[in-house]
Amino acid sequence: MFYREAGQFKTDYASDQALFPIAQDRWFVLAVLFVAVAVVPFFVDDYWANAITLPFLIYALAAIGLNLLTGYCGQVSLGTGGFMAVGAFSTFKLTTAFPELNFIVVILLSGAITAGVGVLFGIPSLRIKGFYLAVATLAAQFFLVWLFNKVDWFLNYSPTGQISMPPREIFGILITGPRAAPEAKYLFCLIFIGIFALLAKNLVRGRVGRSWMAIRDMDIAAELIGIRPLEAKLTAFAVSSFYVGMAGSLYFGVWLGAAEPIEAFGIEQSFLVLFMIIVGGLGSILGSFLGAAFITLMPILMKNFMVDGLQLAVVTAKHIEITMLGVLIIFFLIVEPHGFARLWQIAKEKLRLWPFPH
Amino acid sequence: MNPELLFFLETVIGGLMAGVMYALVALGFVLIFKASGIFNFAQGVMCLFAALALYDFMAPGGWVDRWFGFTFPVWAAIALTIVVMIILAWVIERFVLQYLVQQEPIILFMATIGLAYVLEGVGDILFGSDVKPLDIGLPQGASDWLLDNFNLYVEKLEVVAAVTAAVLVTVLAVFFQRTRIGRALRAVADDHQAALSVGISLRTIWVIVWSVSGIVALVAGIMWGSKSGVQFSLSLIALKALPVLILGGFTSVPGAIVGGLIIGVGEKIAEVYLGPLVGGAIENWFAYMLALAFLLFRPQGLFGERIIERV
Amino acid sequence: MFKRIVSTLVAGLMAAALAVPAASAYELVMPSFDYRTGPYAPNGIPFANGYHDYLMMLNERDGGIEGVPVKLVQCETAYNTKQGVECYEKVKDTDPSRALVVQPLSTGITYQLIPKASVDEIPVHSMGYGRTSAANGKVFPWIFNFPATYWDQAAVFVKYIGEKEGGMENLKGKKIALVYHNSAYGKEPIRTLEKAAEKFGFEFMPLAVDHPGQEQKATWLQIRKEQPDWVMMWGWGVMNQVAIKEAASIRFPMDRFLGVWWSGSENDVLPAGDGANGYLSGAFHAPGDNFPVHDDIKKYVYDNGKALGERDRIGEVLYNRGLIAAVYATEAIRNAMKMHNTKEVTPAMVRDGMEALDLTEARLTELGLPDFTIPVKITCDNHAGPRKVAIQQWDASAKKWSMVTDFYDTMNDIVDPLIEEDSAAYAAENNIKPRDCN
Repeated sequence: MFYREAGQFKTDYASDQALFPIAQDRWFVLAVLFVAVAVVPFFVDDYWANAITLPFLIYALAAIGLNLLTGYCGQVSLGTGGFMAVGAFSTFKLTTAFPELNFIVVILLSGAITAGVGVLFGIPSLRIKGFYLAVATLAAQFFLVWLFNKVDWFLNYSPTGQISMPPREIFGILITGPRAAPEAKYLFCLIFIGIFALLAKNLVRGRVGRSWMAIRDMDIAAELIGIRPLEAKLTAFAVSSFYVGMAGSLYFGVWLGAAEPIEAFGIEQSFLVLFMIIVGGLGSILGSFLGAAFITLMPILMKNFMVDGLQLAVVTAKHIEITMLGVLIIFFLIVEPHGFARLWQIAKEKLRLWPFPH
Repeated sequence: MNPELLFFLETVIGGLMAGVMYALVALGFVLIFKASGIFNFAQGVMCLFAALALYDFMAPGGWVDRWFGFTFPVWAAIALTIVVMIILAWVIERFVLQYLVQQEPIILFMATIGLAYVLEGVGDILFGSDVKPLDIGLPQGASDWLLDNFNLYVEKLEVVAAVTAAVLVTVLAVFFQRTRIGRALRAVADDHQAALSVGISLRTIWVIVWSVSGIVALVAGIMWGSKSGVQFSLSLIALKALPVLILGGFTSVPGAIVGGLIIGVGEKIAEVYLGPLVGGAIENWFAYMLALAFLLFRPQGLFGERIIERV
Repeated sequence: MFKRIVSTLVAGLMAAALAVPAASAYELVMPSFDYRTGPYAPNGIPFANGYHDYLMMLNERDGGIEGVPVKLVQCETAYNTKQGVECYEKVKDTDPSRALVVQPLSTGITYQLIPKASVDEIPVHSMGYGRTSAANGKVFPWIFNFPATYWDQAAVFVKYIGEKEGGMENLKGKKIALVYHNSAYGKEPIRTLEKAAEKFGFEFMPLAVDHPGQEQKATWLQIRKEQPDWVMMWGWGVMNQVAIKEAASIRFPMDRFLGVWWSGSENDVLPAGDGANGYLSGAFHAPGDNFPVHDDIKKYVYDNGKALGERDRIGEVLYNRGLIAAVYATEAIRNAMKMHNTKEVTPAMVRDGMEALDLTEARLTELGLPDFTIPVKITCDNHAGPRKVAIQQWDASAKKWSMVTDFYDTMNDIVDPLIEEDSAAYAAENNIKPRDCN
């Protein structure tokens, strides 16, 4: 009833090719954006920023990056943590070497550096496929983290083995460091991620994205119809790493503020982002957001519910939380193996017919 | 003997032994992948779970002791743990896998991740998170005889592990090649549909294969648990098994062993001879680089089935 | 089924909404960052129990601190930095007093909180871990790391080795290896040991072990080859157990194997059995449950069924460490009450109390801890206190740790310049003007 596209006529190609061709979708997205930009900042305090919104947004960006590679181009990667480390350490080195450099430029440059590293480790994908390809990205994961931990130059010779983000401003507003206002950090990340999510959405429906999907669906067939695997796979690695690198940069710079290579960028990180895109939906930008929300927010929600709501002992709550997270993952996979994005699509289909299903 | 040469020999032996220990974990992965195409992320947690269960059956202060006031002898505890692993396999099939037949590999992979979380949480609730010194009477420490007479350092536990691995692989090979169930397993591995159509029950086969892999996990859990005490970190050895698995090929039992030996020797030699030059702790990434180098020549792993691509 | 889940959810939410604090009397909010899950849980559990039990004992015996009850807020971090940040943000503004003092209990979480807590004005006590240069109170007014730092520990090890070798001059030409957890924590002592190696002329050999550290064959083969005279260890979790076992296997003499205070608990040596006999580790408090305070804990906490742990594990090394952490925190609060002449203390007051902490042996005896640890005196510019470390040894047949030396002083000529340098670097990076302490 509410979700019906009948009567919405397209009179030119531009509107037919719009990102959200259905009016309700458009309104919905705009409404969400409006709430996120104009309402949420008034409610964001330190807890909401540092424990909920920032992790969600930053992991969503990383998940989009990995989804471009794994979901759209079909190349499994377990090097996300390592690539995030490249982004974070580039940010640290750039911003301490050139304190005057605008922080946005720093983030973009960090992404670009990560893209370069990503291409390098993507080269084996031309020969190795499937789960076996994981070995190349795992090599990247372990090697990069080892490198940052071992070479003191990356740490600016600090004996602490940690990097920490100095305070940086954009247009006079403090974005990083402990004194930055939570709403400033939140809005900065939101705008950043919003823009790049839109870019990604446009990228995947263009020529590049379609060539990735052709490679994913069957690379030999794609080759036969004239798509160069070299070009397609390496651009996928580059763009994906660019996103992941920026996520790493925000992760270290805006959210955590201090990081040590092994713990912050370990293999767990790579798995976590992979879980997000599988649970959220492979090959879906929306799915990246939903997956990131599920994996970052669900444990906190369950914890707060059990500890504050049901008054359970902290450790019992933690055990139940871990178990329940597993049960939920299995449950959702059984209900819909293609992730939350697909569930959302089915819900829309149902809404379209509602209330007259026949 | 020349001390340099002796030390090199020691490094190689140490590497081979470590490789066997990795292979024990990798073996469990291979079995499940071979029979169902599932990359079982929960294999590491299964090792932990099996070792925890074993400990609680036999150790004073364990679960059985606290509730019933007695403990089982080692052999009975092992038998009971095997029963637990079989029940676990049945539960996994009944509540997870049967709903996911015919799904893509990555979805099944994700399901095993969910499984890993569940096992971790349930293991914590049932058995607690303390370090549990596991001692089932396996020999420990260096072999005195070799150390005294040849100044050669070989760990006794690892020799036991090597022998166990050899026995295990032989038994598995016979099981796969000679028994009816083994033939059915191979049929399922080749083609689910065809196997179903000649009357093989896929579900039974899956329970069997997960049980076998659970038993392999128990063996790995015993070996690693005797080495470091049973604790959560035991589940992380799966990471050490990954390069082995990739190098040996996901579908080959001998591949797991050979891959383990290559990775073990390679990473130890690299760490001991290259490590000091670049600051050490290189074995982790070196293992993957080594596997990557092999894979560039054989993209399906050393013993993996050839990948045939058609349009 | 679905209905049942929904109704449970609704019931829980209502309970959450209804559970408004029955705010009648003032309470002292003391958060406890536990890690009872994850790879380091075996070490986290006894520490958390010790911290919990001491505070519970005060509540039961004295009605809290000076009659004001303690509100212990537990939060599970799983030794994970991100969960630690979530915990901190969650507990920091707990009513009614806000978090009075935070013990982050992990190097990663400490580094997160150093800038944040300073802005939120909440004192952080990273007891024997975290950022060593936080010892400089001029740069880090809100951070405390008494009674000793990793760099002091490394210096004391060198001193101990020198003493055993019959004088510091005999260190020349000796070979000392360091087996360390390949992380920021494990790398801490390297700078100090390099400086010491330069000064005393011994050869220093660092050997990294990656997390989690179940496979250390290569490391110990190298030790077998190089035959160092002494081995030090900066390990954590499963790495400790495996290292001690491997050392026993290659017949490395255990009384020449020294672990940092986080590598010297019952958990670390028990799996190695008899092989671990004679192993040494650093310590800044005594092991064992034979102090009067333990009797009170048993009487008021365990007999009343308020305990989280098991009775026979009271007095383990890490249990006592949690206990002494609670003692320091509560004494700082007591001090704050005295200084500001109020029972309703705030975090800022507790910071003042901690900075003026003077825990003498007489006071420790009063608290039921005679000869338990060294007296601690904190000043405005010294947040690391006495910086003394003793050595304890494991007796495998009795399954007991015991102190075998007195407390050694640190080597100020090596460690102090390093602290000065690192804190100055931090101040410069973050535009902090060191405060004046005179």
